[in-house]
Amino acid sequence: MIHQYKNNGYNIVMDVCSGAVHVVDDITYDVIAVYEENNEDNIETNLELLQNKLPSYSKEELEETLAEVEELKANGELFAEDVYKEFVMDFKKRKTVVKALCLHIAHDCNLGCRYCFAEEGEYHGDRSMMSLEVGKQALDFLVANSGNRKNLEVDFFGGEPTMNFEVVKELVRYGRSLEEPYNKNFRFTLTTNGILLNDEIMEFANQEMANVVLSIDGRKSVNDYMRPARNGKSTYDIIVPKFQKFAELRNQTNYYVRGTFTHHNLDFSEDVLHLADLGFQQISVEPVVAPSDEPYAIQEADLPQLMEEYDKLAKEMVKREKEGNGFNFFHFMIDLSQGPCVAKRLSGCGSGTEYLAVTPWGDLYPCHQFVGQEQFKLGTVYDGIQAEDIRDEFKLCNVYAKDKCRNCFARFYCSGGCAANSYNFHGSILDAYDIGCELQKKRIECAIMIKAALADQE
Amino acid sequence: MKHVKTLTNKTLKSTMEKGGCGECQTSCQSACKTSCTVGNQTCENKR
Repeated sequence: MIHQYKNNGYNIVMDVCSGAVHVVDDITYDVIAVYEENNEDNIETNLELLQNKLPSYSKEELEETLAEVEELKANGELFAEDVYKEFVMDFKKRKTVVKALCLHIAHDCNLGCRYCFAEEGEYHGDRSMMSLEVGKQALDFLVANSGNRKNLEVDFFGGEPTMNFEVVKELVRYGRSLEEPYNKNFRFTLTTNGILLNDEIMEFANQEMANVVLSIDGRKSVNDYMRPARNGKSTYDIIVPKFQKFAELRNQTNYYVRGTFTHHNLDFSEDVLHLADLGFQQISVEPVVAPSDEPYAIQEADLPQLMEEYDKLAKEMVKREKEGNGFNFFHFMIDLSQGPCVAKRLSGCGSGTEYLAVTPWGDLYPCHQFVGQEQFKLGTVYDGIQAEDIRDEFKLCNVYAKDKCRNCFARFYCSGGCAANSYNFHGSILDAYDIGCELQKKRIECAIMIKAALADQE
Repeated sequence: MKHVKTLTNKTLKSTMEKGGCGECQTSCQSACKTSCTVGNQTCENKR
């Protein structure tokens, strides 16, 4: 299967099943399109077909192009067969281990963001803080269930985790004490809205956190509308100087300023560029996921504008990169040379199996998005996974188990998308959130175009 | 090649043999928390 598209003057051909990506000239672009529909084992027949279908090119040109196409095919870099449908059968039998936890350190928040899926930190429940005891038990659970995986990830999440920062610090110390005896390496991360951020927290985070995610939506008006303080006042002015300092202290690496765009700022590329102009070099601005009756929800009718915004952003990023003031946009990151193996691409985000969320009182859920939906409770950090049927449902969830994904060109890049989004929109984790899919596909196309444009410069 | 510039010829197929060590980062821990972003992850098992 191939996927071909034109973007910013580049003709791009993705060979889905091999992972190869080619930039081609016009004639090759046209030849590949015809070849995909009609091809025989006989090169002469193929040439005749091309001559019939593409009369504007000469026989010699077509012959030369066809030879290159055939060569790519012979090398397994074009029209590669899908050999993974069988592989996935073995893959389903795999034994999974837990390697990442999202610790809900605080089910409370000092902001009142309008789009909060966690209901301002409460997650369909009461305000609550994780105790040190529950947190330690969670780390013990992780170590005990991680098999021989060395790298373990723990995200301090909320609500707002800095509202319970003493427990965060103690848990980091506790985690470090487990590393040597159990041959583990903890990678701690922190997601914060920045309100309580101070020098002490920054210093601690810079010593201990592999990554920090700093929440800000972009322009002041956009940020303050969706992310107001509890008293309705601006948060932008409070957090921007702190985030700028934090990013510099981290040498502009291993962090993200992370925003959400909504129906209210469909021109979100302006927010991304605003963050870049504030000096941030690691930026993630992502579409809100919300029920369609919410006023801020992305609607299908918004898609054409959002596609244009991604194109605009991609072009501007190429321009800035060439000028020497580039920045990284998380959703355009794509690793073409050293990317994930097929096993990873099939297993997706790992929710419910490798990745679990822990509530302040120690309940386990498939991920942070499922927290508070009782039917998805997997167990507790004390008793381990009890609902093995739910875990197995997540384990079997892969791109070939989903009708919408099975033949999608993006399946090895998004790995089937977010299970929670699928469930929230369709009542099943084996479906897909359609608006999310359209945006994801566009982002992949833009990300590859950027690679093509930068390779063009070399 | 005259007509084709290959950005990557990496064949996913070859990763079926060695792949699956599981040491790579969990995608949702990196930044997103609302989407699934696997294709941008880097393999930790240098091939």
